Amino acid sequence: MDVFSSLMDGFATALTPMNLLYAVIGVILGSAVGVLPGLGPAMTIALLLPVTYVLEPTSAFIMFAGIYYGGMYGGSTTSILLNTPGESSSVVTAIEGNKMAKAGRAAQALATAAIGSFVAGTIGTALLAVFAPIVVEFAVSLGSPSYFAIMVLALLAVTAVLGSSRLRGFASLGLGLAIGLVGMDSVTGQRRLTFGQPLLADGLDIVVVAVAIFAVGEALWVAAHMRRTPLHVIPVGRPWMGKQDWKRSWKPWLRGTAFGFPFGALPAGGAEIPTFLSYVTEKRLSKHPEEFGKGAIEGVAGPEAANNAAAAGTMTPLLALGLPTNATAAVMLAAFVQFGIQPGPLLFANEGPLVWALIASLFIGNFLLLLINLPLAPMWAKILQLPRPYLYAGILFFATLGAYSVNLQAFDLILLLVLGALGFMMRRFGLPVLPLILGVILGPRIEGQLRKSLQLSAGDPAGLLSEPIAVGIYVILAIILAFPLLLKLWRRNRPAALQAGVPATRSGESEPTDASGSTSHGSHRATTGGDGDG
Amino acid sequence: MSSFPTSASRLKGRSELGVALLLGVAGVVVLVDAIALVTPYSQSDPVGPKTLPYIIAGLLLVCAVLLAVNVLRGGQGEAEGGEDVDLSHPADWKTVLPLVAAFVANILLIDWAGWVISGTVLFWGSAWALGSRHYVRDGLIALAVSVLTFYGFYLGLGIPLPAGLLEGIL
Repeated sequence: MDVFSSLMDGFATALTPMNLLYAVIGVILGSAVGVLPGLGPAMTIALLLPVTYVLEPTSAFIMFAGIYYGGMYGGSTTSILLNTPGESSSVVTAIEGNKMAKAGRAAQALATAAIGSFVAGTIGTALLAVFAPIVVEFAVSLGSPSYFAIMVLALLAVTAVLGSSRLRGFASLGLGLAIGLVGMDSVTGQRRLTFGQPLLADGLDIVVVAVAIFAVGEALWVAAHMRRTPLHVIPVGRPWMGKQDWKRSWKPWLRGTAFGFPFGALPAGGAEIPTFLSYVTEKRLSKHPEEFGKGAIEGVAGPEAANNAAAAGTMTPLLALGLPTNATAAVMLAAFVQFGIQPGPLLFANEGPLVWALIASLFIGNFLLLLINLPLAPMWAKILQLPRPYLYAGILFFATLGAYSVNLQAFDLILLLVLGALGFMMRRFGLPVLPLILGVILGPRIEGQLRKSLQLSAGDPAGLLSEPIAVGIYVILAIILAFPLLLKLWRRNRPAALQAGVPATRSGESEPTDASGSTSHGSHRATTGGDGDG
Repeated sequence: MSSFPTSASRLKGRSELGVALLLGVAGVVVLVDAIALVTPYSQSDPVGPKTLPYIIAGLLLVCAVLLAVNVLRGGQGEAEGGEDVDLSHPADWKTVLPLVAAFVANILLIDWAGWVISGTVLFWGSAWALGSRHYVRDGLIALAVSVLTFYGFYLGLGIPLPAGLLEGIL
């Protein structure tokens, strides 16, 4: 079947009135949680998982797609109107966006963000539709050793590339993998880390873990550091752009898209790097470089487009390989599993109609966002005024409800509180959350592939290197892990080149001991690498 | 953002060593648990259920040691900011502890008193802990969301949340 006709079938499924309704609910819900502090698309989907059991999987995923794109969009609204970005991917948008808003150009900033998101999201989704089947064609020929390598790459790359401290990233990853161990071993039926507690035999429900870490941890953390002074929200009317704004926006949109999609599709993707690259590029190419830092529209248009294109890019490894690279994709992977759908390259073959309806609904969701959000911007600004006690009491209330409704046992609520305390501690001490979530979700899958690989080679570790793709991935992995070390050596010799890697300086500048600290990370990484091979 | 770590660091002291301790304990627990597994060698599963736990235990223990060294040398994690987060004041336990108490009350009450009562307690208690002082309005909202979710789950999703004490009335 060719892409176009499959996609048309997808549209036919996604455009039925019921599914369209779920798409609308999804984008409105997604925008709302994106705007509201303390909530994000990953958490919202996690909370909705038990509720969506009764739905058709297709409808549920159409709604999830809306939440995903809506959440991206809502995040940019907050960073423009408040200057306090809720997600790391909208940090760059806040730089120029908030300056624009303060200068009375909030309407234009929101408009270029919305239209840029639409343009980038549409192009990104089209690229997804074209590339995902190609990746699948390539991926069906891969065996367990390659999958094992790809998953290890995703885990370690996300941990090593994102966040300011790799050591804390790996600590978080270790905790996540340990949580993923809990329960009955799928091959031998042995109980691991259950401490004789029968309720733990089935493992920790991913809904409980995700809700605890995202929602309960966040609520407790905010409660401990509640901002006493009210936030200053810049009032805004209906977003619009003048001719000049259009002229200055369209190229950054396209360039941002070009940055965003490939980075999103990479296993170590994420939107931070492309948004940052887009910002730097626009600053360099702009005809008005003097406006940067004072509210240049290019600095909003480019990064916002990059952000949304990266979001679309992330769907490529998720749908084609079953590989999540951000928190929302990780929760969606959990959703696939809960619906009894096996993610991976066979997804397109086994669940074709669902996947194409999902992709079609990404197009629809994008369009709905543009349609809904341009007139609704003033309403989103009002939502930010919701009294905080109600907001966080509500988050705890629905977190409890969501976690309890999975199994209807109070024991899950105890787990929720314990893991919520863990989430609190991680926020306080700067342990990134994403490696933990990916560890919980990917850990058991990695173990499965490892065992399958070595089963084929009758226990010979060389079996892990039996496919050329796997070998290639280990080489890439070694480069990623060794890169900061090389960069540091290089920098020590040539201090003049310091500003070459601005994102890296954040981790470098914190304290002088960090340099020696990360030398020791290096040795530790070498050990994990060795373990992985063995 | 850059101004936060300096003010927060003085308050935090070396409490981050607790994180290293936690990692270490987790590593030991995973290790001990893995050693205790008894598995006959099987041709069809040469890796067995122990291998991954050993690797994870190793990762946790190495991270624990490195983190301890890093903290003792003056390194520190960057506390997470956010829209509603103000890191310029120390952790406010007077808010957190009542919040946790409301959460625990819900756990204790939910199976016995039922969701409508325990959910109301949870919402009202949380709002109170977080500084809301509109007692009556909060109570009405709490009761409303609890009753609505009870019926919504029962009628809409077919999930029977416990009715508890109010069984027969609801």
